[in-house]
Amino acid sequence: MYEQISGNIWRSRALILLFVAFFAAIGYVFARVEHNILIMPLAIVVAVVMTVGSFYYSDKIVLASMRARPAEASEFPHFVNSVEALALAAGLPVPTPYVIDDPAPNAFATGRDPEHAVICATTGLINMMDRQELEGVIAHEMSHVKNYDIRFMMLVAVMVGAIALMADWFWWSGRLGGFRSRDDEGGGQLQMLWFVIGIALAILAPISAMLIQAAISRRREYLADASGAMLTRFPEGLANALEKIEKDPEPLSSANKATAHLFISNPLREHGGSLNSLFDTHPPLEDRIERLREM
Amino acid sequence: MGPVVLVILCIVVFIALSVIVKYNQLVSLRNRIENAWSQIDVQLRRRYDLIPNLVETVKGYAAHEKEVFEKVSEARSAMMSAQGAQAQGEAQNQITSALKSLFAVAEAYPQLKANENFMMLQEELSGTESKIAYARQFYNDQVMTYNTLIQVFPSNVIAGMFGFTQHEYFPMEDVAREPIKVDFKQ
Repeated sequence: MYEQISGNIWRSRALILLFVAFFAAIGYVFARVEHNILIMPLAIVVAVVMTVGSFYYSDKIVLASMRARPAEASEFPHFVNSVEALALAAGLPVPTPYVIDDPAPNAFATGRDPEHAVICATTGLINMMDRQELEGVIAHEMSHVKNYDIRFMMLVAVMVGAIALMADWFWWSGRLGGFRSRDDEGGGQLQMLWFVIGIALAILAPISAMLIQAAISRRREYLADASGAMLTRFPEGLANALEKIEKDPEPLSSANKATAHLFISNPLREHGGSLNSLFDTHPPLEDRIERLREM
Repeated sequence: MGPVVLVILCIVVFIALSVIVKYNQLVSLRNRIENAWSQIDVQLRRRYDLIPNLVETVKGYAAHEKEVFEKVSEARSAMMSAQGAQAQGEAQNQITSALKSLFAVAEAYPQLKANENFMMLQEELSGTESKIAYARQFYNDQVMTYNTLIQVFPSNVIAGMFGFTQHEYFPMEDVAREPIKVDFKQ
């Protein structure tokens, strides 16, 4: 368990370095294409600012974008008690409980570390689940908190967003300027090469970033299911909860593509019968239920 | 300084370092156990404080069920005199089963079950019950890690040297693991 945690902390650091280096590289290529060397330092500054900013503010932005509000113990005693109980089970400080007023059953965790964590559930989830099922879901989220998945996945999401932004910007500036730099200099061949690399990057970088994000997210979900079951010592609770979620076809209205990977089950897609795709951020629910039942 | 001296020096340094690492590990585990114990204590106290309120509320509707009330207050006072993890655990299990019969009695009084105060106390108690279960699960896990470390070589030598002794487990009972059944769906 503890190796898992330090693994994620280490991975987060490596990811930040990799991201800044990658952004510098993209910046360099685009700078060659646009004939403006200032683009490269600009790209690095953007990368650093986004990483630092997201580290401290992304949880607040996510909560605001989903119109979540703090859960009062008087209004949701059942939910708040369960969050406190599972914090005891995990030996962690109690995360702040939040709710979203939405009938679609779902939940997510966010924050930069266990001291600044939030566990958020929809009112639909709270109303639908009995105590053991709710505890199963919260244990899954508590594992994301304990394993530092919340920090790692948050950084991954910001990077995917930043890369997409960079690619968009390349297209946009290219179209505006009509890639005029080509005829500035006589050395057209080399310039052409940089141009091709730039286009390839603008197409491939966002796609590969999304594929990597989806793959990481799927793996994390299996892991959180398993360590959540470790916390409650009752895998059936989470299995039953996932089954109820599977039967409820309603999508979550306030979720979007940028936040979908946070949730315990994909809030956008209709459940059941879906093909296992490389872009899915969540493994199929039937598969997760089956694995839990085999524990 | 010959190579033999150098090798001996290396070995001494290595041993000293391992002693320090193991010692620190033992200390931090012992502190974690103490903290886990106080977390259980907070929840036990909370339950202890909730009981008189609950008894009063139930009495308002079912004053003649004297047997149950006696059982509850007996268990409650047993908790006060209990010392050590083992005795504490047994006293707690006694309270849990007394509360179970109290809630079973309440089942027969629909008006009591509809009482808002009663419903709130019921949720609070079953919430606390579940917190106690999880807090002691965590406590026992830590005790197991700690006791194992005290028993295995080479940390057992260091534990013996600095007087680290094994901790008692907080007893788990099948009854206690199952929280009081309450229907939350209303």
